Amino acid sequence: MIKYLLSRWIQRITKHLDQTLFGMLLLLMLIGLIVLYSASGQHAGLMAKQGLNLLIAFSCMCLFANISPQRLEVIALPLYALGLLLLIGVAMVGETSHGARRWLNLGVATIQPSEIMKLAMPLMLAWYFAKREDTIRWSDYLLAAVLLILPVGLIAKQPDLGTALLIGASGFYVLFFVGLSWRFMLGIGLTIAAAIPFVWPMLHDYQRKRVLILLDPSQDPLGAGYHTIQAMIAMGSGGLAGKGWLNGTQSRLDFLPERHTDFIFAVFGEEFGLLGVVLLALLFLLIIGRGMIIAANAQNLFSRLLASSITLTFFTYAFVNMGMVSGILPVVGVPLPLISYGGTSLVTLMIGFGILMSIQTHKKLVSS
Amino acid sequence: MFALNNSLQEQRQYRIRLIIASVLILLAFGALLMRLAFLQVLRYDHYQTLAENNRISLVPVVPNRGLIVDRNGVVLAENFFVYTLEITPSKAGNVNQTIDELAKLISITSNDRKLFNKFRQESRNFESVPIRVRLNEIEAARFAVNNYRFPGVEIRSRLFRNYPFGKQGSHLTGYISRINEADLSKLEDNDELSNYKGSDHIGKGGLEQHYERELHGITGFQQVEVDADGHAVRVLANTPPVPGNNLILSIDNQLQEIAEQAFGERRGALVAINPANGEVLAFVSMPTFDPNLFVDGIDQDTWKMLNLSRDKPLINRPLKGAYPPGSTFKPFVALAGLENNKRVPPFSISDPGYFSLGGSHHYRDWKPGGHGQVDMRRAIAVSCDTFFYGLAQDLGIDKLTAFVSHFGFGKITGIDIDGERSGLLPTPAWKQKRYKQDWYAGETVITGIGQGYTLVTPMQLAYATAMLANNGVGVKPHLVSSIRDSVTGVIRPLPLETLDRIPVSAAHLELVRLGMTDVTQPGGTAASIGAGAPYSIAAKTGTAQVIGIAQGQKYNASTIDEYHRDHAWFIAYAPADTPKIALAVIVENGGHGGSAAGPIARQVMDYYLLGKTPVKTFPEAEESSGVTPPDIPVEAPHD
Repeated sequence: MIKYLLSRWIQRITKHLDQTLFGMLLLLMLIGLIVLYSASGQHAGLMAKQGLNLLIAFSCMCLFANISPQRLEVIALPLYALGLLLLIGVAMVGETSHGARRWLNLGVATIQPSEIMKLAMPLMLAWYFAKREDTIRWSDYLLAAVLLILPVGLIAKQPDLGTALLIGASGFYVLFFVGLSWRFMLGIGLTIAAAIPFVWPMLHDYQRKRVLILLDPSQDPLGAGYHTIQAMIAMGSGGLAGKGWLNGTQSRLDFLPERHTDFIFAVFGEEFGLLGVVLLALLFLLIIGRGMIIAANAQNLFSRLLASSITLTFFTYAFVNMGMVSGILPVVGVPLPLISYGGTSLVTLMIGFGILMSIQTHKKLVSS
Repeated sequence: MFALNNSLQEQRQYRIRLIIASVLILLAFGALLMRLAFLQVLRYDHYQTLAENNRISLVPVVPNRGLIVDRNGVVLAENFFVYTLEITPSKAGNVNQTIDELAKLISITSNDRKLFNKFRQESRNFESVPIRVRLNEIEAARFAVNNYRFPGVEIRSRLFRNYPFGKQGSHLTGYISRINEADLSKLEDNDELSNYKGSDHIGKGGLEQHYERELHGITGFQQVEVDADGHAVRVLANTPPVPGNNLILSIDNQLQEIAEQAFGERRGALVAINPANGEVLAFVSMPTFDPNLFVDGIDQDTWKMLNLSRDKPLINRPLKGAYPPGSTFKPFVALAGLENNKRVPPFSISDPGYFSLGGSHHYRDWKPGGHGQVDMRRAIAVSCDTFFYGLAQDLGIDKLTAFVSHFGFGKITGIDIDGERSGLLPTPAWKQKRYKQDWYAGETVITGIGQGYTLVTPMQLAYATAMLANNGVGVKPHLVSSIRDSVTGVIRPLPLETLDRIPVSAAHLELVRLGMTDVTQPGGTAASIGAGAPYSIAAKTGTAQVIGIAQGQKYNASTIDEYHRDHAWFIAYAPADTPKIALAVIVENGGHGGSAAGPIARQVMDYYLLGKTPVKTFPEAEESSGVTPPDIPVEAPHD
């Protein structure tokens, strides 16, 4: 009897999981755990914690996979409003740690409202444009731009450049897929380029430094350039086939900073070489490809916009992280999705994949 | 239903944008992979090297310095480990405050601080500098417990040098002390700097300096894997150091001790040589100093005392002390006269007590009234000045110096200690160059009795005496007879080198030998030295003048400041017919050679030839024969 109930329950839950996506995510997480074992210096406690993180993240994914897109539409606006309120709260009474004001102490727990915004932003914009479908005018874009810039600006001020970038990108992707005109995008691009000389003096010192050192990491080999240089040494010395699992000297001997979080890709590159990196990139591409297929087959504007934004945001995560570790992008503090140690961003990402699965699996019900 | 709601155009636009996005994603990943291929394939070697440099640190392992042992295996210089407390200024923050704190745990004297500051100036900021040496175990333990409070301070185990005999033979062994800037640049010039990584000390003076290359050994290296903080994680490869080779000396340490004790408080030098092979048996420079003082770094006060002392204990007298040879020059001048056929036995003179060049100026003999009828043999035995004035005059300065230069005068012997002086054999050409003056005939005359410009070192005189003993064959004197390879244990004798071979007639040598043997016989100038000796001694006394005595004035030792009294010379070889030892002794301001320097020589010969150790007080004042008044010094003639 219990057995029957359990299997029915499992059946109910798994009914809304996309098996292809699920399998690939599982594989990516497994790779993540293997690398983390090496990057953490074979730290058992850390592994257990990450295991728990993964379990929570998977549960959240299953949960959201079972929430139909229609119901998501309902929570879009309240979630966004909540997120924005909390961000304002952070700006006013947030807790400061490591020179950044990102956390809000709610008494019971400390939360990072920018994580909520990662989901709320694409939901909100997708919901808004789906609502205005067929009557979309330039003023809608203007409102969307305000909805986008407000939280991104607050987050950038914390300062959390990586998260601001990711959230800004997720909002921009919605605009892009809703049909933002090329001319307009070009105009925005040119405006930003023209604004650089004015924005530059307003940036934080450490942000400016990061940009400058990106251009030439050797400027400050023991300070700000140290991360990039050591990461590039780790990657480069990995060679074609890598030094082998647990044999990366750069990571094992502490030369590589933040090696189990933002710079875990360097550990992977050092130990598994170019071959491993190509395979990992391929897995990322396959996951992104699956997301694109789900987005292409989605049946209404809300689902399409949401699915494509989530997929491209995932791509942005992966690309920005790998780009910064290999020294072609600035070090902005973006983790390698599903590989880097950490619970918060993992949960947010997996909720995103849950939403993707929901879009894929609720489709047939709707159409039949 | 839904499909109808969506405009077809919108659907198409969305699909196009999806495709565009996919292409951009692929391009982005393509660019990323190209970058990674660049890093991991094209630049692999570069980054591989950087990673290796990151993780591998070369730690030098200092070799054990070679030992110095005497001919019987007695150790004269050895190594021992001590704990030192060292500060790395770049890591320690406020150094003075750190020292103040340390002083609460471990006794640190103001002298330690002075030395620390001196060493600190000589070293680089990231090098550790000793603040205390020779920590005992209690002090080491007390620091170890409090180590965490002192960043940049650590206890190290370092190899130090010990000279067990202290002051004895210090000019012989020399010493080691901390490497200074001058040493560094010298090492750099010789391309030896890498072998001194980790070494703090280098040989200074004596054998420690001359044989630095043999003694130092080859520095080993450990390839150590280090983490980002520089902590050693494990040893990857170990190239052990090659210890320095041991020096086996020709010196007999017991003989050295006897010789030094024979000097007592007096200043001077003694060199004893085996004439057959050039082995130096004793090498004395008095007073001496304790070389152990220099190893830890000598303190300012002690150094000042040593350096400014009127007795000049730091001067290596056998090599750097250049004195007029006085009458010890006569046997060599005698041979010059015989070989140049200027004096053919049985030539003799009747000595009136002075020699005249024809003018009013008289060159006095030391014995007022003269020695009567004097031939060559007797001239040596009684040290007749008049005889040698005339001989020098007949020879001429050029022939004289040309001949005696074969005995090594005027040039370094090349003994294996650095800094030897060459002395001086004057010639008219030299005087012209040096003083822009003509050579006076009178200067030739006084050169005949070893006065004037002529300067010799005790080393040169010992070598020349050894040549006399060895039938005119000079073997290069040396202190190190063989070197023991530290790895193979093979003892490699150093090759003997014949420096000079004078084709001198056996009959002439025999005549000089007889004259010198008579010196230690009743009637000779050092009769007391030969008294009671079961072997025959060929010797010559001498007096080197320190200040000039005016014409007609008398030399009176008692009225002259001690440091202005004459130096006493004594040269000898024995047994006279089969010489085993040749030596030269000088006692500074000692007065007459026979009485001051002779007894020292006798003690050395007694021990070396008979194994006899001296009784506490040698009968120094025993001059029963009464024929040992001081040689009368002469002065350069006035015009």
